[in-house]
Order: sequence, then structure tokens, then C-alpha cells
Amino acid sequence: MDSPAIAAPAADSPAAAGTLWRQLGGTLRRHPTAIAGGVVLLLMVLVAIFAPWLGTTDPLSVAPVRRLRPPSAQHWFGTDMLGRDVYSRVMYGARVSVTVGLAVALVGTVTGLAIGLVTGFVRWLDAIVMRVMDGLMSIPSVLLAIALISLTKASLGNVIFAIAIAEVPRVVRLVRSLVLTLREQPYVEAAIASGTRLPRILVRHILPNTMAPVLVQATYICASAMITEAILSFIGAGTPPDIPSWGNIMAESRSLIQIAGTLLLFPGIFLSLTVLSVNLLGDGMRDALDPRLARRL
Amino acid sequence: MLRYALRRLAATIPVMGVVALFVFSLLYLSPGDPAAVIAGDIATEEDIARIRASLGLDQPYFVRFGTWLWALLQGDLGTSIFTGLPVSTLIGQRVEPTLALTLCTLIVAIALAVPLGVLAAARAGGWIDRGVMAVAVLGFSVPVFVLAYALVLLFAVQLEWLPVQGYSSITKGFGPFISHMILPSVALGITYMALIARITRASMLDVLAQDYVRTAHAKGLAPGAVLTGHALKNAAIPIVTIIGIGIALLIGGVVVTETVFAIPGIGRLTVDAILRRDYPIIQGVTLLFSAIYVLVNLLVDLSYSLFDPRIRY
Amino acid sequence: MGLLSVVGRSPGSRAMSLSLVGATCLLVAGSALAQPKTLKFVPEADLRSLDPIWTTAYITRNHGYMVYDVLFAIDEKFQVQPQMVDKHELSPDKLTYTFTLRDGLKFHDGQPVKAADCIASIQRWAKRDVFGQKLADMTDSWTAVNDKTFRLKLKAPFPYVLDALAKPSSNVPFIMPERIAKTDAFTAITEAVGSGPFRFVKEEWVPGNKVVYVKNGDYVPRKEPPSWGAGGKVAKVDRVEWIYIPDAATAAAALNAGEVDWWQQMPPDLIPLLAKNKDVKIENTDPLGSIGLLRFNHLQVPFNNQKLRQAVLLVVDQNDYAIAIAGDPKNGKPCASFFTCGTPLANTVGSEVLTGKRDYEKAKALVKESGYKGEKVIVLDATDQPIVHAQALLTGEMLRKIGINAELAASDWGTLITRRSSKEPVDKGGWSIFHTWFVGPDIVNPALNSPLRGAGEKSWFGWPTDPKLEELRDAWFNAPTAADQKKIAEEMQKRAWETVPFIPTAQFIIPTAYRTSLSGIIRSPVTFLWNVEKK
Repeated sequence: MDSPAIAAPAADSPAAAGTLWRQLGGTLRRHPTAIAGGVVLLLMVLVAIFAPWLGTTDPLSVAPVRRLRPPSAQHWFGTDMLGRDVYSRVMYGARVSVTVGLAVALVGTVTGLAIGLVTGFVRWLDAIVMRVMDGLMSIPSVLLAIALISLTKASLGNVIFAIAIAEVPRVVRLVRSLVLTLREQPYVEAAIASGTRLPRILVRHILPNTMAPVLVQATYICASAMITEAILSFIGAGTPPDIPSWGNIMAESRSLIQIAGTLLLFPGIFLSLTVLSVNLLGDGMRDALDPRLARRL
Repeated sequence: MLRYALRRLAATIPVMGVVALFVFSLLYLSPGDPAAVIAGDIATEEDIARIRASLGLDQPYFVRFGTWLWALLQGDLGTSIFTGLPVSTLIGQRVEPTLALTLCTLIVAIALAVPLGVLAAARAGGWIDRGVMAVAVLGFSVPVFVLAYALVLLFAVQLEWLPVQGYSSITKGFGPFISHMILPSVALGITYMALIARITRASMLDVLAQDYVRTAHAKGLAPGAVLTGHALKNAAIPIVTIIGIGIALLIGGVVVTETVFAIPGIGRLTVDAILRRDYPIIQGVTLLFSAIYVLVNLLVDLSYSLFDPRIRY
Repeated sequence: MGLLSVVGRSPGSRAMSLSLVGATCLLVAGSALAQPKTLKFVPEADLRSLDPIWTTAYITRNHGYMVYDVLFAIDEKFQVQPQMVDKHELSPDKLTYTFTLRDGLKFHDGQPVKAADCIASIQRWAKRDVFGQKLADMTDSWTAVNDKTFRLKLKAPFPYVLDALAKPSSNVPFIMPERIAKTDAFTAITEAVGSGPFRFVKEEWVPGNKVVYVKNGDYVPRKEPPSWGAGGKVAKVDRVEWIYIPDAATAAAALNAGEVDWWQQMPPDLIPLLAKNKDVKIENTDPLGSIGLLRFNHLQVPFNNQKLRQAVLLVVDQNDYAIAIAGDPKNGKPCASFFTCGTPLANTVGSEVLTGKRDYEKAKALVKESGYKGEKVIVLDATDQPIVHAQALLTGEMLRKIGINAELAASDWGTLITRRSSKEPVDKGGWSIFHTWFVGPDIVNPALNSPLRGAGEKSWFGWPTDPKLEELRDAWFNAPTAADQKKIAEEMQKRAWETVPFIPTAQFIIPTAYRTSLSGIIRSPVTFLWNVEKK
């Protein structure tokens, strides 16, 4: 599943990056759902970091004798089909799911930003790159990810890379259209005319104005990456099984849904809650930045 | 317009070329060997090598690419390594269920999302707006298979209203077709409803703020008529855009739904082929998907002129 | 929908609404009285290849049993029985076998089954199959005397000719028409024409979804009652549909709802779901079950070191593996023998090393003694194969507990079997341990038991070198009596505990579940669909 695309805001004034952020902060305060989303995301990040100290045991330790026990004082979320403690696995699972979400968002936006910035300015590169991006976009992203992962090796890095690749084209499109618009601005034309070198133009003038929409896009990418990881695990091409992730905990237990539904319920709740929060955060940021952005979202 | 369409079609060729090259190279470079899978557990290395040779998998890159491309240009999508059936036959067998599922899902998603989005826009800022959008986003945040399992458990297992799995072609009767389609398309549809609802709301908000809408109100037109008569039509373009994108997104969700509901569609065909390294199928289907995506986007672009007479090609 | 919503909430609503709808249909459509019986069967896997000689996949073997017939078959008492063969004789010098086919055997294309067809089929099979290759080594010539009689001339007396021809599991020497059997053994055939009790309906085959067979009206079954693959193979339904349902929860629900009739292999964990349904029966119809195994790479460090392998042997707990695989002591138990427990050659010589109390301290000491320097150990794991996956997870944990630096390499089965053919060290893409499992009949004796060999690089993946084991195996082939055979098997096992070519992890049975409208299911290691009736 991909994130929706964002179009460029019609920037009629050279908005300094500073006031935009202040605007963001102010409007966010009026969006309680976005705040809630942000808080939950922060909570999950903390869970991921502090997992070993949250009353967990070794998430990999197997004890087949104690398999499929319901929640109890010893095992707060019960045990799975190999006797592993589900609570510990869910807590440690936050590490993978949150890492995948944030890493994909980071890699996807940085790559997309880099490519988009350059193609916005370099004409001949633009044609080639856009054809390649179109080609990539036309391959359904889940299939692309499955192919990339199963045809290389199952590892966390490959999962992040595979999901990110599918997100890059959309970011490139966004950044490119932003750049194309911004290029027409008088202050940019002035900078070019006065002989400023391209990298300086990009960094000083273009980049600050692309940050906000790209950031909103990044939150959507983060949310959809977490869901994609779960889907990939479901298909069997996700994170390797010795690292628990919310997605692969659910995938391993899926046939047991009527026998031990808690195996799907707990990771499912955590995943859905986190994805929901990130989505709400993104919505709030988008509304705060420019209500007109909402037109294309 | 015809010239525009033809020009766009011509532009798809380099795109498809990129896709073909990319997919083929990816498969060529991948580890994993269908010959070993076929040879079985008790095979020797010579056995595996001989099978590989009989499948033509030991040829160098350009020979294999060239052979495939040449066959492709003659309309031959290749033969499945495992089953020996032509890829076009396999795709032909599986197209109908996926098409039916996609169509039904879109209908469900649009039928739910557009009214929700319009409602939210009409009551913008109020708690109905927030509530509707939160519910829509929730649908977006739950993984498809969780939703699918929940629906199956409730409607098929507990209440026994609907079948658990399978697909029944519409040629065998409309009733069975619909009863088998309901749960899968609702599961997928809820997921995509959020996307469409969001666009609809945003688009409507934008349009409702326009002058001509205020004029319509001032003229005395009933609010409902304003919404549907003027606003919706103008809001249609971004909605149609997202539907076009949605079709590509759907393939991902379709794969999961087809697995859970045992629907013999293309999504599952592709995933199975990828996991088994049945290269001809992977190559053939990927090209097909790309072609569909490109075509749909072209149709979407062309439909803009329907909604907005100012857009002329 | 209106009808359903009225009766919707009460128990048995579906039955009620269905019967109302059904009654209406009968009145309106005036359906025919003699409805063709269709058996809807959920197979263990998706049928991808049609050639049971080209691939050893069990699902293709099962397909083979539907459409082909065999010369001989093993019955439930492990005796070889004739199937397509009417009479057979062995010459006094034990060098010549003469076989005469039964009357009335025809292929699905109408052609009669001739001696030439049998010879060509056996020769193609012998090119790929382990037992067949041994037979081919001992063969001087095959000749067709006339259309119904053919002769096998051996180079030296070989007591296992009939056992080879009666081999129950992959590869099975199915008899095909000569024109098809002449296909190269390394190229797949594309037609499925046999002389078996069912015909394959190719036009209705949707790979990944459905395989369709219809009853072969021309089939002439034997008169004896069916016993494993031997005896009379009477098709008692008109049509069989193999419906492949990849998702276990969906398959369980489909069986509960009556959308399918028989689920060949169900995960034991789902038994509670079906146990409450009066219309569904759950049984273990497989008397031998399957054996899980842990295989070392004997060519590379660290498991080229016998002491280290022995250390692992000390801590493998078959009870853990059995429960992890089977979920329930009823369906999985230890089997501390290198031959399938419950068959003639299984024995308990030396088994204490696996059945005694697990000694972690002794194992850790042995690890040190072996000189293990902490080299990385790669355990191959196929996440799409639950049995392989469960074993791999257990092994990884267990190795770490005795101080071995083990890492799991997760992939799908296809990648695993590619990687395991690599003889390189682990840092060049090699492996140290992998898991798999064999059905009972595949490791009943030294002829078939490919992991229990010591032929170095010519052996099955893992490549152990043990000349003594090979010697014993050759001796088994020449053993004059059953008692001698048993003694040699015991010797082999004793040797194997010492050199540890592999470790058997558990013996497990995968239960089968079917609706009570079915009867006549044969108890055997391979699932056969003849003799099954549907009410």
C-alpha cells in the first residue's frame, strides 16, 4: 500500500523556513488528534528503545512444552506455538516495526528529495529519470517488495530497502513539482542570474520550501511502510523470523486465530494503533501547513 | 484528443521497456534455482544441471533476454517452468476473479467513501467531520488480513451468512458470485475507503469555498442541489485521479485477500511464482500490470476533459 | 438475503435456509435424480508439475497414483503384491524374471498396455530414482517377449527387484505409454495419460487452484480388497476435485461449512476447531508418519568434527521437537532410530544416547574438547515450511545454549534447497545445518535411506564420509535372511550414533479430517483416493 501524493503549495511569498515551523506548531495545538498521534508514536519509540527493561524475558527463548498458553500472571499475553512469551515478543517487535517505519520514511524521502531536486533543475536528466520513475511506479509496490526481498535475502536491511524503493518515485514527483514551481519564483531567478552555483541555490532557497510538504509525506510513508511490512510477513517475504516484528508475529500465528486469537490481537492492536497515530499526525501537519494542500490529499 | 491519446500511448513504450529490463535483470541476478526445486530432495548436482539445461536457464544474460523479448514481440509470454502451461493461459484463467474483486472493491470503496467525504466536508470542522475522518483513517490503519479474518470469523463462521472462501464465476449465477465477493471486497474496500474519503473531503472543501458555490447558495438553490449539481462535479477530478492511483495500490491488497479467501486470481499467481522462481510467469505478469497501470492512468487523464470542459488536449 | 436475515440468528440457520432454498430449487428446476458424485479434496500442496519421474514432489506422486498404475505394490504387511502383473516367475538360477500382464489393461487414450510400455517406463524411472539406479546397475537386459509378457535378465542375483518395482514413494515406477516414456528423464512430460483408476481432465486444470479427475470407466481393478497401494483400486466417485486452499484457517472453516469434503493434512493445532463439529471426523490414517531430521554439513567447519556432532546429539531432545512439530503427544513422539519406527528394521541399539536425560554440561565439555573456536554456524530455515521452520528455531536455541555460535538463515524452501547444494564454507554462501523431513516409507531400509550413507561427496546433501557405513550397506544388499538384514541394520545404527551423519528429531503424524459423508478411506502412508465413497 502506498501513501497518497501531495501537490506543491502555490508559494506566493518567499516563506522563510522559520515562520512556517511556527505556523505548524500553532496549528498543531488546535488539532488534538494530531497531538494524540504524536504522543502515541513517541510512546512506541520509547517502548522500542526500552524493551529490555519493560518486564520482558528473552523473546527468542523457546519452550515447546509451554506452547499456546492463554494470558496469565507469568505470561501477560500468553505464549505462542513454540512456547515463546508473546508480551516480550510484542515489546521487542516494536523495535522492528518502528525502525522499519522510520527508516523507510527517512531513506525514501532523502533519496526522493535528492533525485527530485536534481531532476527539477537538470533538464536532460529529468526525462530519463522520470521515465524510470514511471516504470517503477507502474509495478505494484507490494509485488516489487516481495520480488526484491525473496530474490535477495531476508534481512531487516533488505526489507527497508525494498519498501523504500517503492516509495521513492512518489516523493520524486512531489519534490520535482515543488522545484519546478519554486524555480519560477523571482528570488530564485535572481539568484541564478547573479551567478549563484546550483548547490547553493538548492540548499538555500529550494530545500527549505520543500521541507514541509515532504515532511508530511514522510509521515504517510512511515505509516504505510509499517503496514507493508506486516503484509510482506503475511505473504512470507518479510523480516526474518528470528527477529520478532508485529507483522511476522501475526503471520506466524494466523492459522491459530480461532484457537489462540490473542496471538493476533495484541500485535494487531499495537500495529494498528501506531499506524493510526502516525496517520493522524500526518493529517494534522498537513492541515496546519496549508489547507490548500488538502485539496490533493 | 485522439492525437494526444496516441502520443501518450507511444510514450508508454520506453516506460514498459524500463520495466521489462528491470524485472528481467532482477530475476536473472537472483539466487534460487527452480531446477533445484524441481529435482527434489534426493537429486544430485548433475541432475540439477541437466534440468537447468533443459529449461534453458544456463544461457548467458543477453541470449535469455533476447529470446524472451523476441517471443514477447510475437505475442508469446513464455511457458511456466513448473507446470509447462503457457503463461498467457495461466493469466487468462486468473484474470476474471481479480478483475471481479477489484471492481467490487472499488464500488464498495467509492460507495462508502464519497458520501462520507461529502458529509465531512459539508459539516467541516465539527465533530461529525472529525469522527468520520477518524473512522476512515482507522480503516486505513488496520492491515487488510486482520480485517479479512475478522469479517470471516463474524459473517462466515459465527453467523454462517456467507461462504468462507472461494470464487464463483458470474456465469454460474449472480447469487453465488455476489455471496463469494461480499466479504473480500468489503475487507479491501474498507482499507481504501479512507484514501478516497480523504480526497473527496479535501476536494469538496476546496470547491465549497469557491465563489460560484456561494453564488449558487445566494441564488436560492437548495444545499443538496448545490452539493451534487455544482460542487461534486468540480471536485471530481482529484477523486478520479486517486481512483486511478488506487487501482495500482489495489493489486497489493488483492494479493492478501486472494490468499485469505482462496480466490484464484492473478495476485496469488504472481506471489506463488515469485516464491517458486517461476520466472516466465513473474515476467509476464509484471509487464501486464505495468501495461494496465499505464492504460488506466491514460484513461484517467482523458476523463478529465469530461469533467472540466476547460481541459482540452 | 431476506430469507437469510429472517432465519439468520438461530443455530442451524444455515442448514434451515439451505434446505428451504434447496427444496425450492428441486421443485423449480426438476433436477435429475442421479447426481454425479464429486469428491472435493484439499491436497497437501499445489500440483505444479505433472511428471512424477522428473520431480520427486509428493504432490506429483499423489497425482501419479490417480492417473497411473504400477506393476507391483507394497501392502500393509510390507509384502510385495502384484498389481498390473498377472503372473511372475523367477528362473532357478535367479537371473531371469518373467512378467505377464493382466488382461484388459488400457491407457486413457484407448490403447492397450503393452510390454514395451512397461519397459520404457521402468527405464526412464531408473535413470532418476536411487533404487532404480541400483536395479539398472544389476540389469543385463529387458526384453519384450510378446505384447503381454516381458523379461528382465540380471547380471547377478538381486533379491530386491520386486521391492524396487513396488516402491511406494517418490519416485514411483508408474507405467506410461511408450511414446511418452521415451521422453528424456531430465525433461518434463506434458501429457498425463496413464492406465490408472482416474483420468486427468487437463482443460479444467487451474494451477494454484483446482485439479480435476474423472473416473476411468475402462479400469479393471483387481479382485482383492485394497491394502495400501495393493489390491483392488475401485473408484467409487465419479469426479474428484483437488481444491488448493493455502490458508489453514480458511481450509478449516471450509471443511466445517461443508464446502470441501476432505482435508488431507491439517495442522494438529486446529483440531479443536473441527472436533466440535459432528459432521467432521479427524483421524490418523497414516500408520508410519514422517521423520524429521537434522542434517550436518560434513565438509566444512565446524561440523566436520565428529566430537562436535556428538555434542549436539547429547542435547537434542526429541520430545521438544515432537511437540513443536505436532503440537500434541498423540501426533508426535520420539523415534530414536535411524530407520522409521514401526517398520521391520527399526531398532533401539544405542538409542540411549538420544533417549536418556539430556546432559548440557557434558555437551558443553565435549564442545570444548572438540576444539571448537566459536566459528559461525548457519542453520538454514525455510519459513514457508512450518515443520522445517519449527525445527530450525529449536535447533538455533539449543546450539546457543551449549556455546555454539549459531545463526538462522531464513528464506523460503526454494532458496534453502538451492543453498544446501553449496559445498562452500559459510562465509561464501555455504551452510552448517539444515532440517527436512521424510515420509516413513522413504527411510525404511538402507537401500532407500539416503541420509544414512557415507559416500562422501557422492552422498545426499551433507556429504558424510564413512567407508564402514557404506560397507555395511553393501552387506545388507547381499544379506541372505531377514534376521541377517536386521542385524546389519543394528550395526549401521550403532555406527551412526558414533559418526552422527544426521540426527532424527521426531516421528510425527499429520492428521487428516473429512466429513462423515465419506467412507472407505484407506489407512496407508500415502493418501489414495480410490475406494472412497460419498453419501
